[in-house]
Amino acid sequence: MGMTMTQKILAKAAGLDKVEPGQLIEARLDLVLGNDITTPVAITEFEKAGFTQVFDKDKIAIVLDHYTPCKDIKSAQLCKQAREFAHKHQITNFFDVGQMGVEHALLPEKGLCAPGEVIIGADSHTCTYGALGAFSTGVGSTDMAAGMATGLLWFKVPSAIKVTLKGKLQPHVSGKDVILHLIGEIGVDGALYQSLEFAGEGVASLSMDDRFTISNMAIEAGGKNGIFPVDEKTMEYINGRVSRPCEAFSADPDAVYDREVVIDLDKLEPTVALPHLPENTKTVSEVAGTPINQVVIGSCTNGRIGDLRIAAAIMKGKKVAGNVRCVVIPATQEITLQAMKEGLIQTFIEAGAAVSTPTCGPCLGGHMGVMAEGERTVSTTNRNFVGRMGHTTSEIILASPAVAAASAIAGCVADPRAV
Amino acid sequence: MKVYKYGANVDTDVIIPARHLNDPSPAALASHCMEDIDADFASTVEEGDIIVAGPNFGCGSSREHAPLAIKSCGVKCVIAPSFARIFYRNAINIGFPIVECPQAAEEIQAGDQVEVDFSSGTITDVTTGKTYKAAPFPEFIDGIIQSGGLLNSLKERGVAK
Repeated sequence: MGMTMTQKILAKAAGLDKVEPGQLIEARLDLVLGNDITTPVAITEFEKAGFTQVFDKDKIAIVLDHYTPCKDIKSAQLCKQAREFAHKHQITNFFDVGQMGVEHALLPEKGLCAPGEVIIGADSHTCTYGALGAFSTGVGSTDMAAGMATGLLWFKVPSAIKVTLKGKLQPHVSGKDVILHLIGEIGVDGALYQSLEFAGEGVASLSMDDRFTISNMAIEAGGKNGIFPVDEKTMEYINGRVSRPCEAFSADPDAVYDREVVIDLDKLEPTVALPHLPENTKTVSEVAGTPINQVVIGSCTNGRIGDLRIAAAIMKGKKVAGNVRCVVIPATQEITLQAMKEGLIQTFIEAGAAVSTPTCGPCLGGHMGVMAEGERTVSTTNRNFVGRMGHTTSEIILASPAVAAASAIAGCVADPRAV
Repeated sequence: MKVYKYGANVDTDVIIPARHLNDPSPAALASHCMEDIDADFASTVEEGDIIVAGPNFGCGSSREHAPLAIKSCGVKCVIAPSFARIFYRNAINIGFPIVECPQAAEEIQAGDQVEVDFSSGTITDVTTGKTYKAAPFPEFIDGIIQSGGLLNSLKERGVAK
């Protein structure tokens, strides 16, 4: 019986020739990540356990991105604790305000994630780096503490769902529509304890930004990780960013999958997820006209340069509707600079959008776009749970940058193909 | 040891809303536990109470604050047909018991008096007189729980400085 891509990476990291689904292993870690919410809890546990040294100061990344620039005194205290720990242990990859970006956009950009690596992060969207052919998964703060102390972590080897992509995306359809469609098909626990292994000729046509978006939301289907094969686009992305040796794994021809889901990219429509679960998907044409109060474009899911280009192309020369607040948040400083060079920031501001410094802010109801009672946001973020972005009666409709931009202009949920 | 019962896909945003994550002290987390789906929970929950819920309990964010909030309320364990995987490992890592038992999760009702014997995996609904058997944890995971959490087990093994 052959192994999947995920299983092969885990086997190697555990020093084993072979692993099987359900097997409990201890794997060597290439990177341990935390943010300003999860790192302080990890530090407290690390110190409470009496640990005094980190396993490798170069293999830990701490990114202060959630409630930053700090929204209140308590958040500032958390950042202070993380900052002091980073300095004490001389953490190489510590990113404070001014250098930081939304972690899952920042780390690949900085070359900290590469094919074949094993990456854990005390943030559920750590699965993003599967786009680069790495095994990466979200864990908790105690896992982060254990990872920082030992460079090792226990895993249950996942079985897999093969997601075969056919054809090519149509105009105004992107990676977000692919992943929302998939979650709608299999449900929010459809991949529970499993890996999502993307394959098929459709992969080649997807940009890296599309792949990051797709892997990012594997967790929204309950998945342990969401991984893409390594191809020319992957190598082009890491070229100039990653200088250390890395290994591109591929699934064995006789790898075993629990099931296969086939997505025909040619037929995929712009897709949204209605409140209050990411599996409540509809095509945008089914819900066009739904009233909204706010649009958020950004996050670890859709705050990359490709996302901003899509949004700006739709908003250029137009105005955000009078009934809508539109907040655009480039995910990193590099993305912000690139968007400035290309005139995208000017387009957003001229359209009447607010443009923010990088932050996770509104996605988790932190700051920069929290909703009042009964309000509704079209958001390019990843979760639409009750109270996620503000008052418990507020609502989130998850969408692509194209749908979000079209909705901002129309003042209601809108089909980008019709604007 | 009364039961609080909730539906499927109880997410970590309702277990402990992100607006309260800026204070991770156990007391603060406990005071806001479940408030977005059950405003009375934090004020009525007592030491030894049990949460019974539908599939995929704890889905969403990786915040360890979620099992920590529940544990800090004095809740003895959570019984569900399945748990979201990060919640599952977080609970084990902090030494908080979770029990996967679809039949018990379906049949036990809110307000029932329930007892759980973790060593045998036996769940007893004292109110109805029915008993259920949950699958035991694999030895490796049971070892973490017996050590009182992941970091204690690592210390016992002497793998960190």
